[in-house]
Amino acid sequence: MTGNIIIRNGTVFDPKNNINGDVMDIAISNGKFVQSVDEKSARLIDASNKIVMAGGVDIHSHIAGPKVNMARMLQPEDHYKNLRCKTDIKRAGVGTSCPSTFVTGYDYSEMGYTTVFEPANPPLKMLHVIDELNDTPMLDKACYPLFGNNWHVMEYLKNKKYDELAAYVAWTLKAVKGYAVKLVNPGGVENWKWGVESTLFDEPVGRFEVTPREILRGMCKAVHTLNLPHSLHVHANLLGTPGNYEMAVKTLDSVRDIYTGGKPIIHLTHVQFNTYGGTNWLNLSSGAEHLAKYVNNHNHASIDLGQVVFSKTTTMTADGPFEYKLQKMIGNKWVNADIEAETGCGIVPITYKKSNYVHAIMWITGLEAALMVDDPWKVCMTTDHPNGGCFTTYPKVIAWLMSHKARGKVLAKINKRAQRRSALENLDREYSFSDIAVVTRAGPSRLLGLKDKGHLGVGADADVSIYDIDVNKIDPAVQYRTVRRAMRRASYTIKDGEIVVKDGQLVKSVPGRIFWTDSKVSDDLAKSMESELRSKFNDYYTVQMNNYIVAEKNIVNSTPVKVKANV
Amino acid sequence: MDIYQDVVCPVCGCLCDDIEVNVENNRVSKVKNACAMGTTKFLNYNSDRLHSPLMRTNGSQQPSSLEESITRVAEMLVNAKYPVVYGLALSSCEAVKVAVELVEEIGGVIDNQTTVCHGPSVQGFHEVGESTASLGEVRHRADLVVCWGCNPVESHPRHFERYSYTVKGRFRKGKEDRKLIVVDVRNTGTAKIADKFIQLEPNKDYELVNALRTALNHEQIQCETVAGIPVEEIESLAETLRTCEFGALFYGLGASHTAGKGRNIESLGLLVRDLNNWTKFVLMPARGHYNVTGVNQVCAWQTGFPYAVDFSRGYPWYNPGETTFVDILRRKESDASLIIGSDPVAHFPIGVSKYLCSKPLAVIDPSNSMTTMAADIVIPSSFAGIESEGIAYRMDGVTFSMKKVVEPPEKILSDEDVLKLILGKVKALKRLK
Repeated sequence: MTGNIIIRNGTVFDPKNNINGDVMDIAISNGKFVQSVDEKSARLIDASNKIVMAGGVDIHSHIAGPKVNMARMLQPEDHYKNLRCKTDIKRAGVGTSCPSTFVTGYDYSEMGYTTVFEPANPPLKMLHVIDELNDTPMLDKACYPLFGNNWHVMEYLKNKKYDELAAYVAWTLKAVKGYAVKLVNPGGVENWKWGVESTLFDEPVGRFEVTPREILRGMCKAVHTLNLPHSLHVHANLLGTPGNYEMAVKTLDSVRDIYTGGKPIIHLTHVQFNTYGGTNWLNLSSGAEHLAKYVNNHNHASIDLGQVVFSKTTTMTADGPFEYKLQKMIGNKWVNADIEAETGCGIVPITYKKSNYVHAIMWITGLEAALMVDDPWKVCMTTDHPNGGCFTTYPKVIAWLMSHKARGKVLAKINKRAQRRSALENLDREYSFSDIAVVTRAGPSRLLGLKDKGHLGVGADADVSIYDIDVNKIDPAVQYRTVRRAMRRASYTIKDGEIVVKDGQLVKSVPGRIFWTDSKVSDDLAKSMESELRSKFNDYYTVQMNNYIVAEKNIVNSTPVKVKANV
Repeated sequence: MDIYQDVVCPVCGCLCDDIEVNVENNRVSKVKNACAMGTTKFLNYNSDRLHSPLMRTNGSQQPSSLEESITRVAEMLVNAKYPVVYGLALSSCEAVKVAVELVEEIGGVIDNQTTVCHGPSVQGFHEVGESTASLGEVRHRADLVVCWGCNPVESHPRHFERYSYTVKGRFRKGKEDRKLIVVDVRNTGTAKIADKFIQLEPNKDYELVNALRTALNHEQIQCETVAGIPVEEIESLAETLRTCEFGALFYGLGASHTAGKGRNIESLGLLVRDLNNWTKFVLMPARGHYNVTGVNQVCAWQTGFPYAVDFSRGYPWYNPGETTFVDILRRKESDASLIIGSDPVAHFPIGVSKYLCSKPLAVIDPSNSMTTMAADIVIPSSFAGIESEGIAYRMDGVTFSMKKVVEPPEKILSDEDVLKLILGKVKALKRLK
């Protein structure tokens, strides 16, 4: 927290507060936006002819945790391409597709991002995740523990104990300091632990007598019951399989009846990997049209892109069976790491090539989804870092969204067969700066339930990014390169009212906060659930229940978000 | 009397977390659930302690003040051209973090015990990756356990009862539902209780693994015996591996430090990958020091590399064989060393140890060792996991917050705190320069 700042004459894009390119001043005091401050005591930032937005918010980016670190260890060759020296402000580090923690924080901050959520963590290893996030500076962070293949969850569902399930989820989030609920290939990873590669949506998961559909519905209800700030965050079944758009639609549709209005109740993540048409790899096509149609017609669902960027990167997911199949296909080195009673994990490095038919279709699919879903508030811009590409490629994705010409440039160079199957040529839509502010800031903040993020309204956290783009002179559809450059290195990034980046260079290192959710269920329910859990805990895990709990003292700037559950 | 429950045992890579420790008058009086190694450590850690900082003047070590010793260590590191900080596998992850920052500051090398234990395994991992799992997965599912060049009965005494063999899991009743195969050159304690013991010739691990892969992929092995094992037996072993429901292969230094080294582990990785085409199979190194996994993890997320990280160019650089401590000493390149909780003088090759002692040498350690005896500066520290808290990683990466059950001796700091003081002093000295 610092003193006062006035950002003068910026071109402000704040879609939540209906400010669309107005030239105005923004005042900051003690880490929050305020109506006005005394000019004499304030530091002035001249933002004339520059864009002012809230700090970037990333809803889905694998930046820390056991699998990210395993990917770092797996690939020294990945690091040699980008070596960073220590400076007076910065720690040393490395990183191309899996940057070291310090570099991750610095690079995000230099792009104007201030909040990044890590989306897939085994509850059993959350102390590791938290410890790594403690070492990831500049950002406010949170994590989504995995529940999609959790034994307790499947047993509660089998026995139709829905209140106990909700209480268990609340207990786990509080115990391991998670923020939201993530499902990855519900049921499919448990099957994979016996070497079974594919799982049907309505077929019981081996030895547990519940179907993936029941897991999805049950967890969606639990999240709803607990009033968690973020909806159910889902990585659907059949990821990375030709024709899987049907599964994506089926996944979203399976919880339609639970919706009672308001914010979406299900977030389908990295849809690019889950929206293919065709029946095999030879006739693979984009299924974005079908998914977009569904999302346009229903308000209970939101998505993020998982856009592919042609580059060398690393795929990593809790979806073990998918990575196994990927490794069989492309033959690269492969890590699989299953976690007892909870989840799995797989890692395969990959290079997305323009000449490759499948990769080209993937690139097309992500952009089509972004352009075909009409309401930008339902879409978040991600690359599912590092699965589709590193987060440092976001400015490229933004340029593609804003410029038909920029897309055309790439389209002309990709695999010819894929080119012919693309609808991109005919999609004239170009995102405005306001749309970009929605998909990178306001939208994700709304979906994550972060009231004080993603906008510049009075009382919100003073996270700001200022980009050197003169909207009167620059037409993003034409001069997309200028936009790309400006977005890669913010003129200013302000985090909680402190200037942390100036002219694209880090000037101050700050630790950031870690959010987690404390959803209060009734004492009786919590007590009975906990005593039952304690009685069987040692049958499930190789750690003691007391040691499973992550203590708050292990968290730098622990920030619990308290909500009240309906049970 | 205080009774501490669910204490994490800071001895081996099993990191058992169900230990009960009774403390009377700041002395551990009773230990429950721990193995002989764990019990001995909790009861006897306090013998042979270092009680005061020592500094060498005129050839003999004399007691000194903490402040003076810290200053001397800081000066030693700042004045050195190519200093090395080594050890940390018996420290908390918090201490590792400070050590990495310190090495960044002085532009030296940070290396840990991995370099002399599972370093080759890490290199095998770089080549092919691995299919692995948390130990609970093995407990619940494994019907076949293979110990290759490792001897958990003697080195990880509770491994079988907690994680892998005799333990009851969700889908396995215990030993009767599992099969134990040991591949080793010696008839070890583990081999004696195994359902099948395959005694291979020394340094023939690579050949045997590849013969198994050949048999597994239904190719002809074109000789009578491999590694001293008849081909029929290899084929039948391959069949056992292939037809299990869930197999777990643990390996030790018997696989990673025999001829072939990293290539052995690479081959084991490929064998397990092949097996996953037939069934479910996982691979895991049986790590020794309780937090050697933790050092690798912290180094990897802060620098990108798990061990042998060289900051002399300002950025992290990793090249095992070049930046590993033993190799640096062998080439006589380092000109000062700070050792944390390790005894390289006793364990490194003699020529290397001699060179290590011939240059300025500082040690942070709770107890006396050959290295502390040879050192120029010695700073005593507390025992992490007994006298101070901290985070540690089990061999499968599960993370624990270790407990403090007794107070350290007066004026004795944790290695984390000692390193923080050194770091502060180093920064101050560098500002003066």
